[in-house]
Amino acid sequence: MNINATLIIQALVFFVVIIITMKYIWPQILGAMEEREKKIADGLAAGDRAEKELNQAKAKVDTLITEAKEQASHIKDQATQMATKIKDEAKSDALAEKERQLNAAKAEIEQEANRAKEALRQQVSALAIAGTEQLLSKEVDAGKHADLLDDLIKEI
Amino acid sequence: MASGEGGAGEYISHHLVNHTTELVEGNSFWTINTDSVFYTILLAVIYLWFFRRVAKKASAGVPSKTQNFIELIIGFIDQQAKDIFHGNSKVVAPLALSIFIWVFLMNFMDLIPVDLLPWLGTLVGIDYMKVVPSTDLNITFGMSFGVMLIVFYYSFTVKKPAVLGYLKEFATHPFESPNFLVQSILAIPNIFLNIVETIAKPVSLGLRLFGNMYAGELIFILIAVLTLNYGWSDVMSFSGATMGFVQFLLALAWALFHILIITLQAYIFMMLSVVYLNMSHETHDSH
Repeated sequence: MNINATLIIQALVFFVVIIITMKYIWPQILGAMEEREKKIADGLAAGDRAEKELNQAKAKVDTLITEAKEQASHIKDQATQMATKIKDEAKSDALAEKERQLNAAKAEIEQEANRAKEALRQQVSALAIAGTEQLLSKEVDAGKHADLLDDLIKEI
Repeated sequence: MASGEGGAGEYISHHLVNHTTELVEGNSFWTINTDSVFYTILLAVIYLWFFRRVAKKASAGVPSKTQNFIELIIGFIDQQAKDIFHGNSKVVAPLALSIFIWVFLMNFMDLIPVDLLPWLGTLVGIDYMKVVPSTDLNITFGMSFGVMLIVFYYSFTVKKPAVLGYLKEFATHPFESPNFLVQSILAIPNIFLNIVETIAKPVSLGLRLFGNMYAGELIFILIAVLTLNYGWSDVMSFSGATMGFVQFLLALAWALFHILIITLQAYIFMMLSVVYLNMSHETHDSH
């Protein structure tokens, strides 16, 4: 238990151990630890950022969907209006056409009736003349009694 | 185990004597405790090899289990060093790590059965040895004086002005006075107290570790004495077997308790070294 040269040797070994630890052990391990710490911190920050971006994207999508919906309903309204308008127009067109055709038909009927009347009148007058001719035999000359005949035709 | 007529006294003293080699014939100082030096260097090599292996492969990616374990220790010591040491130094934390692990390993030798390594020694012709380096005063003082040398180095270089700053502190603390004359008189007790303190630091640091480990080792030896000189027939008898069982229980209990002590002593040695180093970096001007 005497103090002897072991003390000096131990002190020297002690310094060597400290120097080796200082140069070849401590910086490497602590460096790795600090680097990992930084990596983890970066990773967490990136995660936060991604979440924020995701939220922003979601909000954007929501607004886009709302806008699209609004637009769609607008287009639908417009389409409905347009359809109504087209239907109304078609209806009025059809009515007008019906009126026109009706009128045309009426006019034709009238015309036809007039023509028939005319023809009838002429036939009747011809018949009357023929009858009269037969009655009067050769007495009535168509040329001489044209005025008379015309009056007669008009009367009929 | 212990053959011959060796009594308990001889057994105990045998375990407490270092195996020595004289460097200078007949000079008690120039002698080396071969066993202590061997084990202390062996443990230092084990420590450095193990940590270096991890340091080489250290990556910032997912750490291996070994790296995780080492990082746990280093993180713990780095935190402790930062809490106590307020200066900026690249030496302090590695020094703390070296002390903690090395002293722990030295103390750990205490938990190896007291007769195992000396018995292995006898097989290769070494009749006696001490296997726990920290039960050798030379080893603990070697480290505590080593710490104090570093403390002196910083005291002389860090404190402003260099060298004189430290000497001035010696004369003006702990008693100080604004009056120059009074201060001159107070310098006498100041210097005296500071010298005592300076000597007491490394001595108490070394003695504390030595005392704890020596006492622990002694108790292991005393427990081992219970069945000293028991032969095979003794062990087979009822009383002999009982003694053996009692010895086993006692040794187990003390070993479990000792795990706490060896860790605590390594920790205390480390912390006090860091505290002394911190003192060497601080100036008292702020008082």
